[in-house]
Amino acid sequence: MKKGETNKMTSANHLIEINGIQKNYYMGDTMVSAIKNINLFIADQEFITIMGPSGSGKSTLLAAIGGLNKPTKGRVIVDSLDLYALSNEQRADFRSEYIGFVFQSFQLIPYLSVLENVKLPLAVTGQKNKIKHQMAMDMIDRVGLAEKAHHLPDQLSGGEQERVAIARAIVKKPPLILADEPTGNLDSRTSQEIMMLLQSLNEGGYTIIVVTHNSDMKAYASRNIKVQDGQCYK
Amino acid sequence: MKLHNISFGNIIRRKEKMIFLVLGLVIGVSTIVTLLSITKSMTQNIEEHLNQFGANIVLTPKSENLSLNYGGIHVGGVNYKVQEFDQKALDRIRSIKNAKNISIVAPKVLGPVVLRGKKALLMGVEFEDELRLKSWWQKTNGYFPQNKEEVILGSQAAKFLDFKTGQTFTLSGNRFKISTILKSTGSSEDNAIIADLGASQKVLGKTGKLSMVEIAAFCKGCPINELTLQIAEKFPNAKVTAMKQAVMAKMQSIEMFKSFSLGVSIIVIFIGSLLVFVTAMGSVNERTREIGIFRAIGFRRGHVMQIILLEAMILGGIGGIIGFCIGNLFAWGIIPLVIKDGIFWGISINLGIVSTLMAVSLSLLASLYPAVKASNMDPSEALRAL
Repeated sequence: MKKGETNKMTSANHLIEINGIQKNYYMGDTMVSAIKNINLFIADQEFITIMGPSGSGKSTLLAAIGGLNKPTKGRVIVDSLDLYALSNEQRADFRSEYIGFVFQSFQLIPYLSVLENVKLPLAVTGQKNKIKHQMAMDMIDRVGLAEKAHHLPDQLSGGEQERVAIARAIVKKPPLILADEPTGNLDSRTSQEIMMLLQSLNEGGYTIIVVTHNSDMKAYASRNIKVQDGQCYK
Repeated sequence: MKLHNISFGNIIRRKEKMIFLVLGLVIGVSTIVTLLSITKSMTQNIEEHLNQFGANIVLTPKSENLSLNYGGIHVGGVNYKVQEFDQKALDRIRSIKNAKNISIVAPKVLGPVVLRGKKALLMGVEFEDELRLKSWWQKTNGYFPQNKEEVILGSQAAKFLDFKTGQTFTLSGNRFKISTILKSTGSSEDNAIIADLGASQKVLGKTGKLSMVEIAAFCKGCPINELTLQIAEKFPNAKVTAMKQAVMAKMQSIEMFKSFSLGVSIIVIFIGSLLVFVTAMGSVNERTREIGIFRAIGFRRGHVMQIILLEAMILGGIGGIIGFCIGNLFAWGIIPLVIKDGIFWGISINLGIVSTLMAVSLSLLASLYPAVKASNMDPSEALRAL
């Protein structure tokens, strides 16, 4: 699947179609519903913010969209593919090709340099090292960290680490970027810089979904979705 | 960026843990290598000593009578003439096909003498060969004979004839000096006067004649029965007897050392595997977050297993090589201390290859379950740690 092939939607140019998904957890003998019957359509090249208080179910929703967390009920269709009808390994391949994750608290691999962290998603591809290197350097350059390509993560500021996490997410040029609280550990100025970076990526053609509890961030998005008590409010 | 970069990176980052794991393998491999080297040296040493520790082939003249002797007790009062063979025939022993396996040839002449009015047994021997063969002979005082006029007395013979070390006596006009009296051996020597072969032949009037020949043979790689047959072919009129007891004792001693080494090796391998397993499990548990990230960004289960097993392989290889070197170093240092006249038999490349492969296999085997566990980790569960 390539970015240019994303318009094969079954319904009105939707990249993502979420049909009545529900996710239940058991805490001891008590069942807890993290998300309840959410229906959602996200178009190609949209910039969505999902907002809500802690424990509202927004990260569970993001994980479900990313093929990481199988819903108890409902379907998640991305580019005509019913994600949870795929096997685990097929879903891994799908994530590899189709989704770029920006995790909470950066989640860089501490013993790998900036360059190696950005190259990480390329480790399972058959491309030549030279091409991988060039792809990673292009992305590092794009997030403005070319001079720190050989630094280790702990030698970088929070904002810089977030940029590395974004570079890692986009190195394979996936059509969909999922970011979980990308500004959660940053000051307001750096947060704005990161959001502007995501905005510029969106303008470059990426579909971006950002989970945040910071209401200032919705200004950067084309659409904001509010999640509360496991339910979605548009 | 390849998967092996991740494995190398993790090994370098978790130096302490990895050193601990390698140390487990080093201890295991070096113990096994040291034990094997010591066992090898012991085996060689025991073989060498045992081969000289008494005869394992006895050559006696053929007799048509049945010997009525058991454990030194004669019964039935049957006397038959002691037969001899020609001393010149002795050279034939060294002409057999497996002559290189023959270590000691100790000819003897036996006969009665009268001393101080009492009958005693005179045994003529080549002292140099006899003393090598009977390495368990212990003298009470004095020294072992240095010339043809000096003799040894068995403990019972000395008591019976009332002789002491340093005293002299005359037999058929030949003067002999008692250079030492043996401590009791519990065998026939206790009752004998042991003198030089030539001098004894002269005293007994059996010049050029032998009563029996005791032979010690190196038996590694040559069956004792084969040697016996070869000697028998050369001496059609002699009775060649293989003392299988001696051979069996040698083999048993060697097998005991081998079993001991094998037992210790199995215990060490088990402990080493356990150590690798515990460390690998700990490493996987610590890396839950990291594995979650790998899986989330699209690594397949096989990729995660590759990373962990590659680490195990690298560490196994390092542990095996270091363990092999240290094991040899230990063996080189320890063998002369624990084995008298022990020799370090040098570095065996084959053992090096086998021990390194063993360490790698051990490390892979012990890491297999942790690797499977890591690869089966649900990315959503792993990412909850984020």
